[in-house]
Amino acid sequence: MAIVAQQTRFGKIGRPTLAWVVALLFFFPIFWLILTSFKTDADAVKPEHLFFFTPTLENYANMTDNYDYWRFATNSVITSVFATIFALAVGIPCAYAMAFNPSRATKDVLMWMLSTKMLPAAGVLYPMTFMTKSIGLFDTHFLVILVLALINLPIVIWMLFTYFKEIPKDIIEAGQMDGVNTWGEVREILIPLAWGGIVSTALLTFIFCWNEAYWTVRLTTTDAATLSKLIEGNRAPEGLFFGRLSAVSAAAVGPIIVLGWFCQKQLVQGLTFGAVK
Amino acid sequence: MGRIVLEDVTKSFGETQVIPPLNLTIEDGDFAVFVGPSGCGKSTLLRLIAGLEETTSGKVLIDGDDATLVPPAKRGLAMVFQSYALYPHMTVRKNIAFPLRMSGMPQAQIDEKVMAAATSLNLVDYLEQKPGQLSGGQRQRVAIGRAIVREPAAFLFDEPLSNLDAALRVGMRIEIGELHNKLKTTMIYVTHDQVEAMTMADKIVVLQAGVIEQVGSPLDLYHRPENKFVAGFIGSPKMNLIEGAEAAKHNADTIGIRPEHMSVSKTEGLWKGTVGVAEHLGSDTFIHVHDTGLDDIVTVRITGDIAVKHGDTIYLSPDMTQLHKFDAEGLRQE
Repeated sequence: MAIVAQQTRFGKIGRPTLAWVVALLFFFPIFWLILTSFKTDADAVKPEHLFFFTPTLENYANMTDNYDYWRFATNSVITSVFATIFALAVGIPCAYAMAFNPSRATKDVLMWMLSTKMLPAAGVLYPMTFMTKSIGLFDTHFLVILVLALINLPIVIWMLFTYFKEIPKDIIEAGQMDGVNTWGEVREILIPLAWGGIVSTALLTFIFCWNEAYWTVRLTTTDAATLSKLIEGNRAPEGLFFGRLSAVSAAAVGPIIVLGWFCQKQLVQGLTFGAVK
Repeated sequence: MGRIVLEDVTKSFGETQVIPPLNLTIEDGDFAVFVGPSGCGKSTLLRLIAGLEETTSGKVLIDGDDATLVPPAKRGLAMVFQSYALYPHMTVRKNIAFPLRMSGMPQAQIDEKVMAAATSLNLVDYLEQKPGQLSGGQRQRVAIGRAIVREPAAFLFDEPLSNLDAALRVGMRIEIGELHNKLKTTMIYVTHDQVEAMTMADKIVVLQAGVIEQVGSPLDLYHRPENKFVAGFIGSPKMNLIEGAEAAKHNADTIGIRPEHMSVSKTEGLWKGTVGVAEHLGSDTFIHVHDTGLDDIVTVRITGDIAVKHGDTIYLSPDMTQLHKFDAEGLRQE
């Protein structure tokens, strides 16, 4: 009895406390970033002004002039949205085929797809750079969309496969008996039934695309450069302007944090995929 | 029309052959029941007819046309699944209308047909509800509704009543029987429950390990089982199969006598034994008799009630005109 009571007390107080500590630990850098974004560049580097300073909106007001924020933001939106759509357009049919018409090779194919995520990106950096430059795709939206979609495709297919697997095969077969063709099955039965999972997958993919930095920084210069490139590119030789940089960084991560906040439920479902089975 | 013919059909999963070459004809308007123990291939056979499984070899003919390579959607058959397989995101109305909508029928005609089906299945009050809000029996009626609106060449039922409780099962059994009488459409029904098979079928197909053991009317199978397997499978409680010396007296390897074809006496009879368990059902009494000198426990069925209890000595007298004889291969002997 004593043990049970102890566990309950820990469960009531200890676990939430632990959760808050971990959450705050993760949140602190973002909090610091937001705080710094309201400081002047001079205040930003002074430890005595860590929490106490005269807030200013100057950094945000000058963001457009200093950094051309909106051009980068527009590129981020375009590439993330279209990469997500492209990844889903390829991923849904793939996952459908593997979930409902599995062959002996299905498991191996899935593992092979995942293994591509284990390849160090740096290994193909030079071939990618030279190839895209020589065929004129370097620094184009098309290239960024293609790369973002392809690097996320394994995760997209894995997630969708797991969601589709939860749909009883009988329902798909009932559809076949009721006279639907393959496209009808996907449109009328699969997508409505797996809608929650598809939305989770789309959200997560969008976030991954938005946050992607390795390729977007290296395969773009100006035309297709995203917010990652903007932040990365602000290491001026004369030093770092922490206040300004924080403002632009906050504006870069802001949209995704807001999106994440409103879609918490879907995201948690997405991140724990497979865990319910 | 719905005449279904299987010609030398086989099915293998990898190296394992689940259906050895099999021939079967189901005439238009038949109510055929595939019955057999779990894993006997009855569901696989139904799915081969539906087109949900591909045949490894052989042909499936529907109304004389070779349908072996025709996809399920184009075979003109409707299927009712054990799990109901309703579309959970659609209302009852949309579920029933789904096959019609897929065939491109005009909306007015769809509405009319859905209403007619819902009326005949007592579903009118539930048309705007989702399957999740319905009971098991109602769900199965929706599944049947979805099947009948298509006016298929044949209905395929895959253990449709297994998920229902006993009382509901009896009710649905009668409903399906009445549906068949009304529509006169071919129905193929898969079950492991021999009572369902006996009560519903015009024609029973008894399967074991993918092989057809016997095809016939329920009473054919009951009165003239062609082998020991069918003898033991059809009838409840099952037939007493007796081997050894007692069988040798009748020049057979095995003799079979149904529990209802024996009389019981407390004073005299052919076989003497002691009562093990007596099951009093009111209308009938099943007595399991031990120590008869035969190999196995003998079950006897008496109409009405009889005052016997555990440990009592009783005598059994089989009705010799109802004796079934089987040879060493298990085949019927005349």
